[in-house]
Amino acid sequence: MESVVKQSENLRRIQRRLIFLRLGVVVVLAILLIRMWYIQIVKGEEYAILSEQNRVRMVYLKPPRGLIYDRHHNLLANNIPSFNLYVVLDDVDDRQRLQEDLSALIRVSADDIRVAMAKHNTPRLPLKVKENLTLKEAAAIESNLPQLPGVVLQAETERSYPQGSAAAHIIGYVGEISAQGLKEEQFQGLNLGSAVGKYGVELEYDQILRGRVGHKTIEVDARGHEQRVIQIKEPVPGDDLHLTIDLPLQRLAEGLLEDAAGAIVALDPRNGDVLVLASHPTFDPNVLTRGLTVSHWNQIRHDLRKPMTNRATQGQYPPGSVFKLVVAAGGLESGSISRSTPIECRGRFQMGSRVFKDWRKEGHGLVNLHEGLVHSCDIYFYTLGRQLGIDKLAHYAAQFGLGRRTGIDLPAESPGIVPSSKWKARVLGERWYPGETILVAIGQSYVTVTPLQMATLIGTIANNGLQYRPRVVRKFEKRQDDTLVDIEPFLLDTVPIHHETLTALHEALRDVVVSGTGRRAQSRDIAISGKTGTAQVVSLDKVESEDNVPHGLRDHAWFVAYAPSDDPEIAVSVILEHMGHGGTVAAPIARAIIDEYLQPDRVLMVP
Amino acid sequence: MNGEGEKFSLGGVHEWQFGLPVLILTISSLGILSIYSASQNVAHNFEWAPLYLKQITWVVIGGVAFLVMSAYDYHRLSRYAYVLYVLSLLLLVLVSFAGRSTRGAQRWLEIGSFSFQPSEVAKVMLVVMLARYFSTWPSTGVLHRIIIPVILMFPGFLLILLQPDLGTAITYLFVFLTIILFVGPWTRSLIFGFFGILMVLPFLWKGLWMPLRAYQKERILAFLDPTLDPMGQGYQALQSKIAIGSGQLSGQGLYGATQSQLQFLPDGYTDFAFAVFAEQWGFLGVVILLFLYYLLFMMMIGIGERAKDLFGVILVIGITAMLSFCLMVNIGMTVGLLPIVGIPLPLMSYGGTTLVMTFAVLGLLLNIKRRRFSS
Repeated sequence: MESVVKQSENLRRIQRRLIFLRLGVVVVLAILLIRMWYIQIVKGEEYAILSEQNRVRMVYLKPPRGLIYDRHHNLLANNIPSFNLYVVLDDVDDRQRLQEDLSALIRVSADDIRVAMAKHNTPRLPLKVKENLTLKEAAAIESNLPQLPGVVLQAETERSYPQGSAAAHIIGYVGEISAQGLKEEQFQGLNLGSAVGKYGVELEYDQILRGRVGHKTIEVDARGHEQRVIQIKEPVPGDDLHLTIDLPLQRLAEGLLEDAAGAIVALDPRNGDVLVLASHPTFDPNVLTRGLTVSHWNQIRHDLRKPMTNRATQGQYPPGSVFKLVVAAGGLESGSISRSTPIECRGRFQMGSRVFKDWRKEGHGLVNLHEGLVHSCDIYFYTLGRQLGIDKLAHYAAQFGLGRRTGIDLPAESPGIVPSSKWKARVLGERWYPGETILVAIGQSYVTVTPLQMATLIGTIANNGLQYRPRVVRKFEKRQDDTLVDIEPFLLDTVPIHHETLTALHEALRDVVVSGTGRRAQSRDIAISGKTGTAQVVSLDKVESEDNVPHGLRDHAWFVAYAPSDDPEIAVSVILEHMGHGGTVAAPIARAIIDEYLQPDRVLMVP
Repeated sequence: MNGEGEKFSLGGVHEWQFGLPVLILTISSLGILSIYSASQNVAHNFEWAPLYLKQITWVVIGGVAFLVMSAYDYHRLSRYAYVLYVLSLLLLVLVSFAGRSTRGAQRWLEIGSFSFQPSEVAKVMLVVMLARYFSTWPSTGVLHRIIIPVILMFPGFLLILLQPDLGTAITYLFVFLTIILFVGPWTRSLIFGFFGILMVLPFLWKGLWMPLRAYQKERILAFLDPTLDPMGQGYQALQSKIAIGSGQLSGQGLYGATQSQLQFLPDGYTDFAFAVFAEQWGFLGVVILLFLYYLLFMMMIGIGERAKDLFGVILVIGITAMLSFCLMVNIGMTVGLLPIVGIPLPLMSYGGTTLVMTFAVLGLLLNIKRRRFSS
């Protein structure tokens, strides 16, 4: 009985203690409530913003780049669909696993991804891991997407050049914008990974071709996968370009260059349209656009034959005898000579202690201007050059646009050099020696020109002194309203030259082909006028016989021409490095191009 | 007789026979709603139904358990207490041999297509066993009051800790300590001391745990329970806080709760059910939910204060300690006060075994209440 009493006493004692249990519960709940108040009310807004940032992402929509056509609407640059793989690092919790998973699914090494991830310091923005996935790879990624947090597969377009290396130096190529470039004003609105022009027309007209980047705001889940679109701003496609290039002719020219290093320029002297701008060796823009490995890039850069140089606009060569046209024009314009003034050529020209030779050992006998040009008599022009003096030579050369950029719409054109006494004082800090004038008069010594300048020069002579600025783009097509905008030809200059002088040059140039040094440019169908040139690489005084000259020291072969002689439609310049006499190797090439261009029923479309 | 209880009665809520069942159903319904919205976008490769439907099934089964436990004379439970405890220990041994192993821990027994968690059962059986042990009122020496209970408790604790299941093991230990404290011959000051410690716990947490470097925390937790994935903890804790915080005052609504619906918050239907709720219903909803829990615990303690025998009181103490501890640790971890250990929120988190066992013990409490006038 006592134990029952004690039992109930114990019971009541413990039941009295239960108030502490109530207290404990109240304290715990109170602490939790205060904490909740702090998080939801005090810090609520902050967390709401974080929540918003969690779920909302902005995705850039790349605009399709404008297409590039030749003058006959042959497609030169195109966009082809490409699956690109991106990773938003913010959404990746286990990078190593993702690296392994990706390398198992597609052809990319885990190490490469690791390096790329380590370099990428904007984890909220997508990092391009691989582009141009095969359909099979894209399907593998797509079906495993739920297990690949942060991975975004984007269907985009990639630049493609269906003509391969044809006209590569004109069209150029595109590449990803560098982090450095992003900061520049001209690239405003672009994002990392955007393709921008790196060379050629792609670079020069990048702003037009590029279009405007669009973007969409999307809601994503925790793996970074799109759930729905909140807002979208469509990209604006870039405008198409229509080039002046004549693709069939361009391909013919490139074929004619074969393995020789050199360049061919053909233009329409009546408006400056560049029909051909071939430079050899060349490159495949498709390879450069897809992104090169470092070793491949170094290989191209250090190639001694410099395939990345556009010889037509950047190569600076002595003009050789082609320069005699300028000297002849200067002689007539200045009144130093008349068309009939005779000069005796015995194959040697003495000046002080120095002896200058004619290319023909026995000499040309008594020659006037016409014969001097037709047979390219050196002695005639030594004499004329000495009479004019260097500064007059420079003056007339400048009138024809030499020594400065033509202003063609391609990047990084070279100006060439027209030396004068002032020039020498400024650049070399030396006074001019009269002996140098003699050499300049036959296009040697310091004087250099680009093949494009030579084409412009002969074109200007053909066009009676009207000099158009050469151009490679003739119109662009606005994508927004499909309108074609023509670019008007730009008359650069009217060279102040008398009609009689022009006539003298025209007659001489015609006879060069008919009976002079350029006979190999003679065509059965078309009257062609032209001038040969041979640019010495080293002074021949030092070399005994031409046949023994190593290839790298041999002369460059020049030929400039226009046709038809009475009503010129095309002007051509050809240079072949280290190929010897212009009349031998360069003239037939110019003829072939002119023949093809002026053939009445040629095929204009390239399959 | 029940003078102390009257002071804390809230308008006689605990007198209402249907109060307890209605409260339990309300809370578990809110749980189902949270599970529904959190698991909407989870591709369920679960065998037979989406999670919320499974949870409804568990509530129904739990309801049956509730009714059975409230009708059956609980004194019979007292008679079989040791047997039941030993059986639960055997289940724990069994699970360590034949259990299903997930993420490096063996916690689950597979029976047909169902899996069940013996540690949840063991927790309850520990309470039942201790209630039985102390109801006979053994002498007040240290041997009978501490050493023997520790020996009785220890195998279960060890087996759970070795699974490893740190969360349940801590709960198990906490329940044990609470019962020891309440039935002990201690003076009130000791009990004050205990709650004092409980109150400074958050400050200790801040002072001792928080200053540790991330890798140190990782190592400690990984040592205790390798399944806790300490690497992912920072992420989970942050996302949980973002979810709760973005609920602000009135919540994002059932469909606007992006943190949980877009799965930035992992495990939104189990351990982080509270965060999902808080995101959807905001601070107002949280106040109501915590008030519901407050009513539940007060009602439970009220039953204890009116119980007519020691067995019943100790059951109430153990079960209240168990459920309130789970609530504290679970919510504490979702709001970033405590480390993330896998402890479910009673009545709200998804999980069959926990839910059914919770319903069963609450049924048992109703049983105690109903029999308080019989002799």
